[in-house]
Amino acid sequence: MLCTTGALGVRARAPGRVGSVALLEVEDLHVSFRTADGIVQAVRGVSFHIDQGETLGIVGESGSGKSVATQTIMGLTRGARVSGRALFEGRDLLTMKPEEMQAVRGAKIGMIFQDPLSSLHPFYKVGWQIVEMIRLHDHEISKAHAHKRAVELLTLVGIPQADRRVDDFPHQFSGGMRQRAMIAMAMALSPALLIADEPTTALDVTVQAQVLLVIKRLQEEFGTAVILITHDLGVIAEVADDVVVMYGGAVMEQADRLTLFTANHHPYTEGLLLSLPAYGGERERLRSIPGQPPSPINLPPGCPFAPRCIYVMDRCRIDVPPLAPVGTDSGHLSACWLPHEMAGRERLRRKILGQAPSERAEA
Amino acid sequence: MNAELSAASTGPAGDEDVLLRVESLFKYFPIKSGNPFRRTRDFVHAVDGVSLEIRKGETLGLVGETGCGKSTLARCVARLYDLTSGRVIFDGQDISTWSARRMRPLRREIQMIFQDPYGSLNPRRRVGSIIGDPFAIHKIATGAERKQRVQDLMELVGLNPEHYNRFPAEFSGGQRQRIGVARALAFTPKLIICDEPVSALDVSIQAQIINLLADLQAKLGLTYIFIAHDLSVVRHVSDTVAVMYLGKVVEQAPVEQLWAHPRHPYTDALLSAVPIPDPEHVSERQRIILVGDVPSPINPPPGCRFHPRCPKARQACVDSEPELTPRLGDAAAHLAACHFPVQDGEDISKSRPSIGADLRVIETGLVGGS
Repeated sequence: MLCTTGALGVRARAPGRVGSVALLEVEDLHVSFRTADGIVQAVRGVSFHIDQGETLGIVGESGSGKSVATQTIMGLTRGARVSGRALFEGRDLLTMKPEEMQAVRGAKIGMIFQDPLSSLHPFYKVGWQIVEMIRLHDHEISKAHAHKRAVELLTLVGIPQADRRVDDFPHQFSGGMRQRAMIAMAMALSPALLIADEPTTALDVTVQAQVLLVIKRLQEEFGTAVILITHDLGVIAEVADDVVVMYGGAVMEQADRLTLFTANHHPYTEGLLLSLPAYGGERERLRSIPGQPPSPINLPPGCPFAPRCIYVMDRCRIDVPPLAPVGTDSGHLSACWLPHEMAGRERLRRKILGQAPSERAEA
Repeated sequence: MNAELSAASTGPAGDEDVLLRVESLFKYFPIKSGNPFRRTRDFVHAVDGVSLEIRKGETLGLVGETGCGKSTLARCVARLYDLTSGRVIFDGQDISTWSARRMRPLRREIQMIFQDPYGSLNPRRRVGSIIGDPFAIHKIATGAERKQRVQDLMELVGLNPEHYNRFPAEFSGGQRQRIGVARALAFTPKLIICDEPVSALDVSIQAQIINLLADLQAKLGLTYIFIAHDLSVVRHVSDTVAVMYLGKVVEQAPVEQLWAHPRHPYTDALLSAVPIPDPEHVSERQRIILVGDVPSPINPPPGCRFHPRCPKARQACVDSEPELTPRLGDAAAHLAACHFPVQDGEDISKSRPSIGADLRVIETGLVGGS
């Protein structure tokens, strides 16, 4: 069952993607909701792209807009004010008619959500739900054939005795099995893109490892691109090719996995990594980020991270920093007013820290 | 932490340092049968013979998968559940059969912090009155004195005492968890049971709460039972860690000892499954990926409960249940319940069970690093 590390195992990633068209290209996406308390600016100018077979990780805390951004792309945010573009295979998903969107959703883009129990209908058998999904998009297929396909899919995601379990109800499945069933359903029509929104957050670590392996294998087998939304930097470190760090509805930093973990630029990324209990470290105090994430109704005028940033400068509180390349690496972007050249950044950071030691005190 | 040192300080029964001793605790929940004529009832074996000790001022980490009985064990210790059998000795007193009335004064000394800071606070009540609850229940301090004590508590956990009259909805998740901590601290308890206290919080806020708990422990000499499924958090806060599987402790050791030399294959698998936020080391790591799910606690497997999923399982694992005892010449504080403990440097992902091979296919592989 293990895919040999052959043509599919090794994914050639062209740096700068010269000549290739991205599978999904999101440009300047804005999403806002009108609520009784005011306008919630959930997503404010987010751009990213993902190539075929690639895994894009989106990290951020609750309220950072990571889920809203992807749900909007799928046309799942009703009542929202949306602007920007989301080009999928050259067509803009945001301006598509509902019928057209229906044909894309599920067939071309699969989705997995955090809570597999609430995404499966409790009254219908798991197999029936997969069959319905297949028949909705493939009108030619016979019921028996679709059923056979459902069993195949469940076997593929590692459900033991799938031919029997296919007639079980969701409550007869364990949490990990439900999430596998969701993956089976999302992969039923071999979509080009799979959006996984916190797919392993509700699961135990051992089950999480199983589920991540299943996604990885399917990706190798079918060449599916995966957008993985998570708050777990450990998961990102293991599976993502490129990473987008979101905060306050905007992209703070974007880089390939290795750069993000070893040579990150944005103070928020740094703060996130430093606040993790060090895997090999001693029992020292954790370096938490002081304060709270901003309210999406009442965002600070400049950089959204400025109120919690230890390197904050006057300019940060007034102007929003643009997402600009760091150093000479065109794939590494950071939205920060600190110099985008590493040596200069280091000098200025030392200077700022030397000036205001009181501001660094933990809130 | 030094393994020898801690082994030496584990004294005999009656050691004054021991705050809490749990002796072969069992907790079975009966299951209602649909058939009223059925004689025998089924039971969920939630906790199945657990013995533990916690010394004053220390933190015991409890880890294990969902349904392994860690929360039930904690609730039995706090006597929120009656025990099926076994003993709980708190501060030298056997409280296992105490009535609710007799437990009441002791409730001040054993407190709990829960996972969900949204669900554990009444949304219609003001924060000051929520934190003041323990004073009201135990009829201690009224009026201005109570308010003062509540505000002192708020200050202690890093909340603004002026927010006394606010509602829980006006606080963020991290602040709500601080409210829960303040409420637990009302009478400076001896033991605090933290049941997944940071699981519902964002990473940057998690660190704030972990630091707060550590500060309070140092300041007030608190003893914690810390339940969490995030193993890196458990490693950070605990002195000793007990690993549970299907109602039993399968391994228990000082934290660094456990991470350096896991003896039970389940511990080994659990530790290897934790994603490490360090992409440079991902590709070097061989993961042990367990197949299948935790069996039902209604009919736990015979012998070692882990044998149906264990890559090292032999016939002996089915025939007899391994004892929780030091293995492979480990210090007395490092206990493991395994007939075939993992040697240092052994890669159990390459092991194959000699029994029941038809039941499972052991999958191993690298998740990351292509």
